[in-house]
Amino acid sequence: MKTQSKDIRVVVTGLGVVAPNAIGKVAFTNAIQKGTSGIRFIEELKTLNFSCQLGGMPQVSEELKNKYFTELELKNFNSEGILYAVIAGMDAWKDAGLNVEHNAVDHSSGTVFGSGNLGVAKFRESIHKIDTGNVRRLGSTSVQQTMSSGASAYLSGKLGLGNMVTSNSSACTTGAEAIILAYERIVAGKASRMLAGSTSDGGPYVWGGFDALRILPHNFNDRPKEASQPLSATASGFVPGCGAGAMVLETLESALSRNAPIYAEIAGVALNSGGQQNGGSMTAPNSIAVQACIKEALIDAGITGKEIDAINGHLTATAKDPEEVLNWSKALDRSGADFPYINSLKGMTGHCLSASGSIEAVAIVLQLKEGFIFPNINCEKIHPDILNIVAADRIPRKRIEKTLKYVMKASFGFGDVNACIIFKRKNNDTR
Amino acid sequence: MTRDNIYQTLETIISEYLPEDVSKESITLQSNLTNELNINSSHLVDIVLDVEDAFKIALTNDDMETMQTVGDVIQIIEQKTT
Repeated sequence: MKTQSKDIRVVVTGLGVVAPNAIGKVAFTNAIQKGTSGIRFIEELKTLNFSCQLGGMPQVSEELKNKYFTELELKNFNSEGILYAVIAGMDAWKDAGLNVEHNAVDHSSGTVFGSGNLGVAKFRESIHKIDTGNVRRLGSTSVQQTMSSGASAYLSGKLGLGNMVTSNSSACTTGAEAIILAYERIVAGKASRMLAGSTSDGGPYVWGGFDALRILPHNFNDRPKEASQPLSATASGFVPGCGAGAMVLETLESALSRNAPIYAEIAGVALNSGGQQNGGSMTAPNSIAVQACIKEALIDAGITGKEIDAINGHLTATAKDPEEVLNWSKALDRSGADFPYINSLKGMTGHCLSASGSIEAVAIVLQLKEGFIFPNINCEKIHPDILNIVAADRIPRKRIEKTLKYVMKASFGFGDVNACIIFKRKNNDTR
Repeated sequence: MTRDNIYQTLETIISEYLPEDVSKESITLQSNLTNELNINSSHLVDIVLDVEDAFKIALTNDDMETMQTVGDVIQIIEQKTT
């Protein structure tokens, strides 16, 4: 595959996050450094006879809501995905030193803000009204709260974004894909600044299908914080989560010209699909395609696998974790003590589905900026198949203080879709 | 229900949908809901629902089309409640 010329360099200048274990950049940095779990027991899931009665849900107070939405906007508002997206997106914009009190449209700034399904609670409320013959009582906002582009639509209005405004969707790859699509738009010279992120609703109507698939842990309902165990010998499924992550991407030129904070640079990206062939299916990845995606991102960045300091995996805590580690090992051509550090945020947040890639990307950028690797929690005993591939000390169980240059992220999703991003520590020429 | 009572209840409903730069004091009997009070036209739908709930009446699509000013709405409510 042809690599594109990199005349335009793209940097990360702002971060926002609404995660199960913390809301906001500062609290989130603290939480991931300490290894704080955001997994809780959820009474409603018990009442509804779920096997897994746990979830990772951001704790958004009414007071916080009122800082981002007007009283009128909150009237009949019932879309958590939009709530999380607006908080994360506006925080990222402010963090980048950009104006949120806009009074003009900016045609050089846009957004790609993805979602899996959106406004599920609002949709349910609407369905009940429609089924009882009361369609006329839906009110004026049921469309905007349930359309899959709802997150980008709300954000563009709040920030005055006048470039491309859209929402991508590719299951659990959505977040990483949003960053890649936004990055590619800037590299193509079609925008100078993009808000990239993704969001996910949570709760029984989003998580029920996964519970039915029997891929969630059911033996931890009395020990929520121990339930999500990526890379572990005792991993027994992923804990569902929700939330939103967001970052402002812009040209290096634009960032320098307005003296913006520069967190990191995007060095290379890749997107592909396994076509549900060669062992790939609707729900399982084609390993050959996963390895190809990793290799393509390296080529795009113009580096070799030897230069990767750390990996942030998809690693959901299912039986697929060892296979993912093997794919990394083959694609990077590294193993044992030579393998890069590898971690998964999902031990702390659960699997935030369409929001996972963007929340985890925020964590990576923080690792690069602050110089640390967050710990893998709930991984006292590493999976034996993984230990056959990498040395135990490559899987940090305690935070490591370390200056990193390249950190690589992958996300995989239903439909056999893959995304890879290589983030690079800012250079001297990026100040 | 007196016209004053209707007006007060309606004023409370309408004020929830005013844009931030329009004050409750701007509401008069003659105010046009969309042109003068700058209420987003999609919110007329919500005002209709709130009026139905507050006065326990049902408004038709035809009723809605005649609702231009605050006075128009009061007139329709009076017709339906007597």
